[in-house]
Amino acid sequence: MADREERRFAEVSRESVRLMAEGAGVELGDDVAALLAEDVCYRLREATQSSSQFMRHAKRRKLTVEDFNRALRWSNVEAICGYGAQDALPFRSVKEGELFFVEDRDVNLVELALATNIPKGCAETMVRVNVSYLDGKGNLEPQGTVPTAVQSLSDDLLKYYQQITRAILGEDPHLMKVALLDLQSNSKIAALLPYFVYVISGVKSVSHDLEQLNRLMHMVKSLVQNPYLYLGSYVRSLVSSVMYCILEPLAASINPLNDHWTLRDYAALLLSHIFWTHGDLVSGLYHQILLSLQKVLSDPVRPLCSHYGAVVGLHALGWKAVERVLFPHLPAYWANLQAVLDDYSVSNAQVKADGHKVYGAILVAVERLLKMKALSLSQSAEGQSGAHPGSVVGAVSYRVNSPGLSPPPEPLSEAALGIASHLQVGGAGCHWEEWTPVPLPAMYCELYSFFGDSLAVRFSTGTGFGTHSPCTPSQLGDSRKEPPGPASNLDTTRKMPQLTANLNISPRQDGSPRTDPPPPTTRGAPRSAGLSREVFPKARFTSPQTTPPAFSFLIGGRQMGQRCQGRRPFQTMFATTPPVSAIPPRTYAHKLPVIGRVGKPVRRWTCSHYSLHLPL
Amino acid sequence: DMSLAKQSTDYFVTLYTKQPSADGFGNNNANDGRVLSASPGSSSSTGSNKQTAAVTPEDQQTLLAVLQFLKKNKLSESVEILRREAGLPENSLDPKANESAGAGSGGAAGIVDLEGGDASSLLSRVTGSSSAGAQAPTKGTVQSGCSAVAEDQPDVSVVLSAYSQQGDPTLYKVYYRDLKKFIETVLDCHRAELSQVFYPLFVHMYLELVYNNHESEAKAFFEKFSGDQECYYEEDLRILSGLTKKEHMRGNETLLDFRTSKFVLRISRDSYQLLKRHLQERQNNQIWNIIQEHLYIDIFDGMPRSKSQIDAMSGSLAGEAKREANKTKVYYGLLKEPEIELPLDDEDEEAENEEGKPKKKKPKKDSVGSKSKKQDPNAPSQNRIPLPELKDSDKLDKIMYMKEATKRIRLGPDNLPSVCFYTFLNAYQGLTAVDLTDDSSLIAGGFADSTVRVWSVTPKKLRKVKSAADLNLIDKESDDVLERIMDEKTASESKIMYGHSGPVYGISFSPDRNYLLSSSEDGTVRLWSLLTFTCLVAYKGHNYPVWDTQFSPYGYYFVSGGHDRVARLWATDHYQPLRIFSGHLADITCTRFHPNSNYVATGSSDRTIRLWDVLSGNCVRIFTGHKGPIHSLAFSPNGKFLASGATDGRVLLWDIGHGLMVGELKGHTDTIYSLRFSRDGEILASGSMDNTVRLWDAMKAFDDLETDDFTAATGHIHLQDNSQELLLGTYTTKSTPVIHLHFTRRNLLLAAGAFNP
Repeated sequence: MADREERRFAEVSRESVRLMAEGAGVELGDDVAALLAEDVCYRLREATQSSSQFMRHAKRRKLTVEDFNRALRWSNVEAICGYGAQDALPFRSVKEGELFFVEDRDVNLVELALATNIPKGCAETMVRVNVSYLDGKGNLEPQGTVPTAVQSLSDDLLKYYQQITRAILGEDPHLMKVALLDLQSNSKIAALLPYFVYVISGVKSVSHDLEQLNRLMHMVKSLVQNPYLYLGSYVRSLVSSVMYCILEPLAASINPLNDHWTLRDYAALLLSHIFWTHGDLVSGLYHQILLSLQKVLSDPVRPLCSHYGAVVGLHALGWKAVERVLFPHLPAYWANLQAVLDDYSVSNAQVKADGHKVYGAILVAVERLLKMKALSLSQSAEGQSGAHPGSVVGAVSYRVNSPGLSPPPEPLSEAALGIASHLQVGGAGCHWEEWTPVPLPAMYCELYSFFGDSLAVRFSTGTGFGTHSPCTPSQLGDSRKEPPGPASNLDTTRKMPQLTANLNISPRQDGSPRTDPPPPTTRGAPRSAGLSREVFPKARFTSPQTTPPAFSFLIGGRQMGQRCQGRRPFQTMFATTPPVSAIPPRTYAHKLPVIGRVGKPVRRWTCSHYSLHLPL
Repeated sequence: DMSLAKQSTDYFVTLYTKQPSADGFGNNNANDGRVLSASPGSSSSTGSNKQTAAVTPEDQQTLLAVLQFLKKNKLSESVEILRREAGLPENSLDPKANESAGAGSGGAAGIVDLEGGDASSLLSRVTGSSSAGAQAPTKGTVQSGCSAVAEDQPDVSVVLSAYSQQGDPTLYKVYYRDLKKFIETVLDCHRAELSQVFYPLFVHMYLELVYNNHESEAKAFFEKFSGDQECYYEEDLRILSGLTKKEHMRGNETLLDFRTSKFVLRISRDSYQLLKRHLQERQNNQIWNIIQEHLYIDIFDGMPRSKSQIDAMSGSLAGEAKREANKTKVYYGLLKEPEIELPLDDEDEEAENEEGKPKKKKPKKDSVGSKSKKQDPNAPSQNRIPLPELKDSDKLDKIMYMKEATKRIRLGPDNLPSVCFYTFLNAYQGLTAVDLTDDSSLIAGGFADSTVRVWSVTPKKLRKVKSAADLNLIDKESDDVLERIMDEKTASESKIMYGHSGPVYGISFSPDRNYLLSSSEDGTVRLWSLLTFTCLVAYKGHNYPVWDTQFSPYGYYFVSGGHDRVARLWATDHYQPLRIFSGHLADITCTRFHPNSNYVATGSSDRTIRLWDVLSGNCVRIFTGHKGPIHSLAFSPNGKFLASGATDGRVLLWDIGHGLMVGELKGHTDTIYSLRFSRDGEILASGSMDNTVRLWDAMKAFDDLETDDFTAATGHIHLQDNSQELLLGTYTTKSTPVIHLHFTRRNLLLAAGAFNP
């Protein structure tokens, strides 16, 4: 007993023995308790050892309570009851008494006896045979587990399953419609869910067949819309199938005649639908989706149709997704796109067409972004009703660390915009890069640098401007600074031609910037002079503006947040009312046909200046 | 040998209590439609009579011990009956009278040789007087020879007196360390051999300390030297370390056996001399006494063995087998197949071989069989043990078998079998045993919820026989009477049979597919009819869980083994065992019949395999070398070899004729629960808890080792480490432990197990 620290076994202490004895109304001496404790330990070990052979003969790895009870019974000891449950028994402690006990809930026998819901799925034990290896050849890796639902299906269900899949994947469009409708409303198909999910996961095998892919996507939609189905973790599988259709360079895309774009659009809509309705079923789903979209977007090797998918996917997920993923990526991505669009060779024609598709998608996405952001800002500004004019920017630049386990529903409709501020839910366990949104003006400015007037036009026609008082620099209070001077630092100029007219770059202010909320420690890293060149190797810079701006302000923001360690601020000086004459020839903008909105001709380019005071 | 005596008394007592019910089953048995002319005893009397002719004084002693035990437990009636039956004087239990009783041991000749006697007389005796029934097992236990000789006084508790000698407890450490130092300094060639004594010495010294109430010294001793022991004794050491009180020793059966049976060591003469000289020089009597009393040193002349040679053979609970234990001649050859004329007007045959007549001849030629024409010199005589006569249906089945055999695929390293897996789904209650019929038409599962389930794996459904009233109505003269007796309404894919009251651990189909045996935790073996799907007999005899049971390849007989450490040989129409095979020191975990039905192999958790002669009840082979409980056995189809698998994940191969280990197959990472040779013996398949089936080149394993005379004489084997060469394939399942393997008649490998999600 001296070598207590060198225990080979779990021991029952003499104190426990004495407690038990007291419980039975017996006072025990110290020595008696010690002896008893030792004997109890030995007997327990003995019983455990002999119980292990019951386990071995039952060909199990896990020792069960049943095994132990058998050992007890064979050594003429009463078996212990009440521990045979499959679930782990919670072990509780009472602090005051230093007592530990197993929680033992009352079972309402009446309820149990009169319960009408007889548990299903008590499937019959059966033997199934399959040829595992033919002539000794076969898959040598472990094959994982068999499909999660091995319980057998009733004949009816099986028949239903066959009919439905045949109808959906078959020729008859009418039948398909009926099948999809039923799938959407049938309340008894829960057992078939794994099978349907499995069928849908077959997208990879039919990537050459647009029609089939479409049908499978419709099947997803029906399943998602079925109110009786609890998708559970199958959401993940469904999402990955849908993502496949959005992002993968499908075999069907090889033929330019195939309209895989529509499929991608549809799948993207579907994705957002699944996400908004079932996103809470899988934790971290939002981030996983965003991350994978981002991965595709930042991978230049991927074909343009994949990029297109990523963009429409982000767009479908809401403007916040666009803001967080697409917008920061845009500068980097632009270069590639530009390269494609600049290539006029015949061999590039197809790629170029694809590029235009992507361009159009981006444009739609960012316009919506701008519009929604402006709207949300104005509403939050309205909500605060001028209590603190300077807080407007602050309201924009709230920090979103991560939407958390269950991403809050982002507004899809404009009516729901008011809840945008709920996004601040801090999430634990998500490894999303800390991220601060770029204020709207900076964003607009940056976007304008890419899209030029094609953007501005759309923007200006979006919301009614007259409802809000135009923003003046003074309203922004000390968060904005007067530019120290025009264009003294050419290195940091945004090098998109259209912008150069409107934009003056001020030298970076020493000291900490003002507009952005903490943490300031991550800011202030000097911007590397060559960065912009690296990012836009092809961009050619035309001469700076000729006219000094009437008034300008600085926008703090960041650039290339994804790539840099911290946020690197750049300051942009805007001319709110650029003279018409000051606009240089738009060397690049004119090269970009406005894809996707051919019907809408570029209107007055002058509208661009509205955009600056309207939302602020 | 008091442990045996204790067992037999246990047995005796329960027999008394269970007698009436056993009788009931006996009657039931008689009603069983099966009639067999052969009975096991009828021609086997020659073999066993010799042995049991005289009752030795040792038997007398054992009897007295039994009586003493009964008296102590106030079973006076039993005492009286046994005493009367044994012909002992009334005062024989009086210690003073012991001498005289021993002297007049001729009186004990009253123990009639029941085993040798005619089986029918056995039956009548058993049913006639219950005391005679009680006698048989007692007799069998004592008789089954190779266990240690009984030398004890007639009191069970006295067994413990083995450790009554008192040495200075503080000196034990010194003694042991001294010996250790000596062995470490001897020449390399002797060191490995002498190191063998460490473990038994350590255990006995420790137990001696515990026995004499030197608890702290014992703990210190254990602490100091337990680390020196070979790693494969870890399990035993763990049990040992928990045992620190004399009172605990009493109930621990494992240790009881360790003390009462001598630990066997094989040491070369030179090494032994070295040891002896050293101990005598040092006057190290304590150790010398232990060696004398508790160790059996099997001295051989010649080169000392190497460490690897020793390690290959050691690991069992009681050391290695004595060499003479494996010297008995074993008739491992196959019995001559009965000659069956293939009906020439077989329609199938004609349909299949339309084009040529020569093909038609071929199967016929095979049926006569070149090998079965001449008697194998190693085969037992055809009627060494009586076997049931072939029924017409058996002959038909033989014909089917031969036809299938002609289509058999020859397997080899370049031609591996296809594997089909029978997965038990939704077996939440726990699948504990599986068996397939020889023709692979039925599969049966034993479950932890006490049920036995049978499935038909062919389109043919399982049907019951009609009720007695309906049977009266059918035309008994019609040709298709066998078809008419079946009740179509009961046709189903599977049948469940209820009867056991504990998990079913062993299951076995009869060769004719009419019966099914199941052994259970409830201590019974049950015989089920596959015609009525009801229980016919419950064989009671094992009073503890019965771990395994198997039908003889010729039917009629079956063997069972369990927690009571004895294996029993039964005939289906006797509710008493015909033989009791006793000698294992721990649970019997698996039992297998030799293909010629003359021998039975048992594997045990004492980590030995024993081969028993069905005729005499003697142990004829003891195989040591496994380092964990043995859970699977398989005889090669030619009867020459035995394969065994254990919890240590190794398969060992044994040459039965020479009594030698001939191979070690390493690869599995968990307990091997099933082993099976392909029909022609080219491939050995092993299935394990590690969710794999592995195929081994059995031909190569056995061919490489045409045993030379020296090895055969000394039993010293050199095992090559060629597991990797012999491993032909590893096949993984989908999280399904493989608990049964079966080669169809055409050499397709079937595996079975329950899916464990």
